[in-house]
Amino acid sequence: MTAVLAPPRPTGELPILRERGQREVFCGLTGIVWLHRKVQDAFFLVVGSRTCAHLLQSAAGVMVFAEPRFGTAIIEERDLAGLADANEELDKVVNRLLARRPEIKLLFLVGSCPSEVIKLDLSRAAERLNVTHHPRVRILNYSGSGIETTFTQGEDACLAALVPEMREDAVDQLLIVGALPDVVEDQFRRLFADIGIKNVDTLPPRLSKNLPAVGPGTRFLLAQPFLGDTARALEARGARHLPAMFPFGAEGTTAWLHAAATEFGVDEMHFRSVVAPGRERAKRALAHHAERLAGKSIFFMPDSQLEVPLARFLSAELGMTLVEVGTPYLHRTHLADDLAALPTGTQISEGQDVDKQLDRVRAARPDLTVCGLGLANPLEQEGLSTKWAIELVFSPVHGFEQAGDLAELFARPLVRRDRLTV
Amino acid sequence: MQLTVWTYEGPPHVGAMRVATGMKGLHYVLHAPQGDTYADLLFTMIERRGQRPPVTYTTFQARDLGTDTAELFQRAARDAYERFQPQAMIVGASCTAELIQDDPAGLALTMGLPCPIIALDLPSYSHKENWGAAETFYQIVRQLADKERKVPPRENRRPRANLLGPTALGFRHRDDVVEVTKLLADLGIDVHVCAPMGATPADIAGLGEADFNVVLYPEIAHEAARWLEKTFGQKYTKTVPIGVGATRAFIAEAATLAGVPVPADPDAGRMPWWSRSIDSTYLTGKRVFIFGDATHAVAAARIARDELGFEVVGLGCYNREFARDIRTAAALYGVEPLITDDYLVVEDAIAAANCELVLGTQMERHIAKRLRLPCAVISAPVHVQDFPARHSPQMGFEGANVIFDTWVHPLVMGLEEHLLTMFREDFEFSDAAGPSHLGGHAATPAAPEAAANPAETPVVTAVETVEGWTSDATRELNKIPFFVRGKARRNTERYAAEKGVTAISVETLYEAKAHYAR
Repeated sequence: MTAVLAPPRPTGELPILRERGQREVFCGLTGIVWLHRKVQDAFFLVVGSRTCAHLLQSAAGVMVFAEPRFGTAIIEERDLAGLADANEELDKVVNRLLARRPEIKLLFLVGSCPSEVIKLDLSRAAERLNVTHHPRVRILNYSGSGIETTFTQGEDACLAALVPEMREDAVDQLLIVGALPDVVEDQFRRLFADIGIKNVDTLPPRLSKNLPAVGPGTRFLLAQPFLGDTARALEARGARHLPAMFPFGAEGTTAWLHAAATEFGVDEMHFRSVVAPGRERAKRALAHHAERLAGKSIFFMPDSQLEVPLARFLSAELGMTLVEVGTPYLHRTHLADDLAALPTGTQISEGQDVDKQLDRVRAARPDLTVCGLGLANPLEQEGLSTKWAIELVFSPVHGFEQAGDLAELFARPLVRRDRLTV
Repeated sequence: MQLTVWTYEGPPHVGAMRVATGMKGLHYVLHAPQGDTYADLLFTMIERRGQRPPVTYTTFQARDLGTDTAELFQRAARDAYERFQPQAMIVGASCTAELIQDDPAGLALTMGLPCPIIALDLPSYSHKENWGAAETFYQIVRQLADKERKVPPRENRRPRANLLGPTALGFRHRDDVVEVTKLLADLGIDVHVCAPMGATPADIAGLGEADFNVVLYPEIAHEAARWLEKTFGQKYTKTVPIGVGATRAFIAEAATLAGVPVPADPDAGRMPWWSRSIDSTYLTGKRVFIFGDATHAVAAARIARDELGFEVVGLGCYNREFARDIRTAAALYGVEPLITDDYLVVEDAIAAANCELVLGTQMERHIAKRLRLPCAVISAPVHVQDFPARHSPQMGFEGANVIFDTWVHPLVMGLEEHLLTMFREDFEFSDAAGPSHLGGHAATPAAPEAAANPAETPVVTAVETVEGWTSDATRELNKIPFFVRGKARRNTERYAAEKGVTAISVETLYEAKAHYAR
């Protein structure tokens, strides 16, 4: 365990390739697809174009048919004629929506590329609509546009918009930041209770009325690596970030829990005895897949910012070889521990020029390439095994009990490749 | 502004992508913000293509806004040309780029790239996917078709036709092309060029050398066909060969245009006999609701009434550009045409139509599931299962065979329906045993939506006490086979409401049955 808790090494040792060009990535609107499942009384209204609606529909798949709590106010030609008109139209859409969905307590107006380019001021619209709908519904806004955000950054923007809404409280507490599947969140809450940390809360909450408090007594753990703005907003409210590896695999989860235990003065022996069973289970589950994955090479194309901690997990806990770890954005401070645990000389790339990156994939011919759905089948056709990245964001993958499932997500494409004879 | 959760059509640049992806040797440079590349996965996942669509996006971000984006566009266009060496390029803007007014067309034309550049103007705030595909194909044809290359004299050669309209991501386009090619071959007619699907810009240049054009999908090919008629004097077919009757009419039309004899009695496949066989008798008068793109909806209505003996109780389309076709057809069947792109309006219309089968898109499939109605898919938009591995055309006589199977399958087979009614009290046919045609002996499952949102699911599930019903009437209701029970219950409750009956008795149930009997 001491090895994983080693002090961070300066990231200057890692070669970082910065590229600009065509980026084959989702925009932040996609975050809505999992955020609306998490916060059960919130509605996400995108103010955008038919393209935005089409994107959400493509990303949400069958969820769209279950009366989901998101929608798009599609900007039409007449809205572009004059801004005053667009504001009135938006008010009408919101009023109609809230009349139809009385269970909604929190409404996010989500900015898109078109709404930002025409400079439709959604923060003023939110203020205006708050007056009308107070106190039944709280209305907030954030940007999920492609020009401002990449994929998971949409969650960051959303959570950062919630921080000013949190009430002030100086009490000692641990805050877990980042939307996790309920089952994972419950596991972490049980572990922290057993460790002996009493006040534990989560951002986002499952219901908007349970928004946690924040203050100088707040210490927070990031459950996800893409929460730079949210962390900054929390720090501005006096909360303190606990640096840690992200909770993937047996080691990552132990280190993550340990960061909180140390901060809250938990006895080391007690900590070890609490985490030991879960840690052992995780290791057993991983051993099962290590045979298959050890020595295999993997190439990450940028997608979610989960790439660095996942690469750390695959390399340190399963013995995979890292060819290139691409990320849309590299938050050096938050990723310090994971970066430090990467093998010396690991090629990191930030940003993307997709055609050039694909040339590198073809040249390296890795055993597995992690990439988006637009690239996966074309690479398979070229004889390369792929793992589509978006599943890593939707599936429960954090914590001890999911460590084996996480490894299996990477092992399965290789198993399949070995099995097929067609 | 329009509040939307689900859209029948994407934005017009997705239509342009469908044309570009269907073609070969053509590249699309799209001025679009980061994120718009999501559209790639429609092609790689839903249609399961093994190549990336031939599209380069500029993927600009906030930091690029300002004077930078024009240069970004030119760099993307130059890189795309160098890497892919296309025979021609199409260039245009997505919805956001339309607002920043970089004029990709003007920028690309001044770059002096050594291939034809076709500029697209696709207004995304007023038009949609099908229009975008039609406009793109029209611009490609107009700018690449070589006006010098006209149809050669007919001596000693077979007549030839162009197939116009099939694209990437088209509902059954792949197999329709095969079927129609076969129909034409049987008449002695060769396919000259099939476009956009499979054609290169070089092929487009020679479009004028065909004797006539076959318009497979008017939504995409009509504009181009009209231009070709004006320019080269090529006539084009007006009948879309979906259904036995339409296929016969199409054969006659194509033979006439080609100047070959109309075959007296072509082999029409199995569908006519299947439909006449006695097991199909129970299909008579089944009430069917039809919604989709106008071409497929109109064709489906004709098959439903004239070839399967259904009663068409609803007919509509989501693409306003072809609303006139739906209005004409609706008048023929004596129903109100439904022209809307709002699925909630479609849902209300289906619920009100009191139908026994829904023919529609992916969306209607879900509406029907929610209303517990049988359903078959006849039109885009569709999901991955409607891009099947097996040969599965809609057009021609094989298409009619496919349609018969596809539409009848969700209905309970005649003999099975008869047996279920006869033995409805038998344990094997009880509600708990579940419908045999839905794969076994599991109890009727609740729809997934039911779990998520119980309040909105119509209550038509198994044995239970029902509010407003006397216990005798509830028992009687539960004797009705499960697959028609929901309708019986709705009808009875509607009847009771109309008559002001507060407690529904066995009497009320049968009064309602008589009232709604046809």
